[in-house]
Amino acid sequence: MRKVVRGFYSVAYSVKLCKPNVICAYPITPQTEIVENLAAMYANGELGDAEYITAESEFGAASTLVGASAAGARVFSATCSQGLILMSEVLFNAAGMRLPIVLVNTNRALSAPLSIWNDHQDSMAMRDAGIMQVYVENNQEAHDMVPQAYKVAEDRRVLLPFMVCMDGYKLTHAYEPIDLLDQETVDSFLPPYEPAAYMTTKKPLAFGCYAPPHIYMELRVAMQQAMERAKEVMSEVYREWGELTGRDWGGHIAVDFPDSRIFVVAMGSVVGLLRKVVEELRREGQSVGLIKIRTFRPFPVEELRDALKDAEKVIVLDRSVSFGYEGPVSIDLKSAIYGHSSAEIYSYAVGLGGRDMPKDFLEKLIRDVAEGREEPGFAFKGYHEFEEVIP
Amino acid sequence: MKFFGSGHGACPGCGLPIAVKTVLNVLEGKVFAVNSTGCLEIISSQYGKNAWNVPYIHSLFENAAAVAAGVEAALRAMKRKDEGYVVVFAGDGATADIGIGTLSGAFDRNHDILYICLDNEAYQNTGHQQSGLTPPGESTTTTPAGRVLPGKVGRKKDMISIAVAHGIPYVASSSVGYISDIRRKVKKAVKFEGAKYIQIHSPCVTGWGIDGSLSIKVARLAVETGLYPLVEYEYGKLTSVKKIKDRKPVEEYLKLQRRFRHLFTHERGREMIEVLQKFADENAEKYGLDLRKEE
Repeated sequence: MRKVVRGFYSVAYSVKLCKPNVICAYPITPQTEIVENLAAMYANGELGDAEYITAESEFGAASTLVGASAAGARVFSATCSQGLILMSEVLFNAAGMRLPIVLVNTNRALSAPLSIWNDHQDSMAMRDAGIMQVYVENNQEAHDMVPQAYKVAEDRRVLLPFMVCMDGYKLTHAYEPIDLLDQETVDSFLPPYEPAAYMTTKKPLAFGCYAPPHIYMELRVAMQQAMERAKEVMSEVYREWGELTGRDWGGHIAVDFPDSRIFVVAMGSVVGLLRKVVEELRREGQSVGLIKIRTFRPFPVEELRDALKDAEKVIVLDRSVSFGYEGPVSIDLKSAIYGHSSAEIYSYAVGLGGRDMPKDFLEKLIRDVAEGREEPGFAFKGYHEFEEVIP
Repeated sequence: MKFFGSGHGACPGCGLPIAVKTVLNVLEGKVFAVNSTGCLEIISSQYGKNAWNVPYIHSLFENAAAVAAGVEAALRAMKRKDEGYVVVFAGDGATADIGIGTLSGAFDRNHDILYICLDNEAYQNTGHQQSGLTPPGESTTTTPAGRVLPGKVGRKKDMISIAVAHGIPYVASSSVGYISDIRRKVKKAVKFEGAKYIQIHSPCVTGWGIDGSLSIKVARLAVETGLYPLVEYEYGKLTSVKKIKDRKPVEEYLKLQRRFRHLFTHERGREMIEVLQKFADENAEKYGLDLRKEE
């Protein structure tokens, strides 16, 4: 059913079709409308036997999901920014406990200064937690990713939390025509959750045991192996989704114009506009291609090596910064292609805290690199000279 | 081992296994145990040496109430409530300090859980640092008795009143010194639908500086002096109080424990003993602890 809806509704509706047992969340802008929509569905009796719990904080919400997931429930929460950071202790814990919790993060900048607007600093802070991260380009992809997230997370080869990252406001509050999934389609794709192990008095098991040095490392190695397997499971699931719905979002990365000399690499909602810019530049004769990173964790190392092996210049657009170094996507990309590509890397931090990235800005960015007006390296782009005054 | 047992690494005389075994036995093992980080978790849940024979989960220090809420919600959503009771075992620091946010949330939403605070009056697992439930005058490693300070200055947080203020159906205090009291209160608590809070005073032989063989005696003295009143509230109303015949002076309790030893020599020791005696007297007054002749 095609309907014009806002991004948060496209997510909430998809979550409902996945039939979670327990939803627990805390409001935070611009995520709130996702859980408000779920709360309304709950109030109207549209969520079956599910429990919807209003937590006292994001920390509490994530903790509640840990308990519910360990007891064998399919669970959901959504958050962003300060909320995600407040969850972080629990999320590292949930990953180590191998709980297939599914979250939607509506990417928002971190304080200070306080900002409710979009960038990727929040989810990047969760990069090393052991949580799968996929960045979506538009609200149809967000809608489609939720059932796929459950299918991957709950696969016994994986059993790790999954976070779908969608740009706050830019996607959450945007109206788009969405092909809304129907229950039969989701049911045929996503079987009911059958946990490998769960809390039951019929067969008592202990969860969250502490590990002395003789065993801790083995359990962390197992997480890495699960992440490696997740890459294959995701590929399977992405393919199956494409066949089932006719909407193929690509693999871990999606490459436009693979034979180009110059590539722009980006994640999230900016990809749509970049595609237009790249297409226009190509009509002018520029050899520019586009790489959209969908799966950020596990990182698409082989895919990037393959896509960039003959590239001459790579422009990486980061929506966050590892202060004292550069953007995390650039850091990871450089590390991935090291020894496999001689491309020069232009690492740009852009669009922080909701700073607009209009078409002419992106076009100039690419043109300056293509036409040799820039040196490789890291830079912030799209900011004004500003003298901070500390009295 | 029945429900909690062989292989736990608690010190001889530790109150924690006594309390846990009593609770699990009363509930006949129909328990989903949720444990915060702390001594109990360390002595019982090492990977490969799990001492729990009920489903058990430990997540973090400060989130046991929220985890329990999740377990309870999951059982409800999946129509598995009859499998057992969701019971939290958390220390005093996890309860009154770092975890009070999630505890308040779970009480506020009135989740059908039994929250047991095992109160040994300090962060004993990490070597006896003060918590919100450390009584005044106690020397801990973060409130040491020094040339100037006589140990902790300040009050013991009144968690019973805080729990009662949430309007939950059942709140009680109990003590490892009175096993039958724990048994009776747990049995009663689980009859109520909603959040239940029982705070159990539980001696720590290393932190308190007592011989393991004195645990029960010391625990009883805390009650007999009025420092640890055993009370019971149902829907906010005080319904029972353990009366004391010939209430003892607090010194009798204090002098047996290394954590209070300095009070008998320190310049401000007398003052702190008086603070504790006043605390006991206030308890006696508030709860009507003293068994008078006409009763």
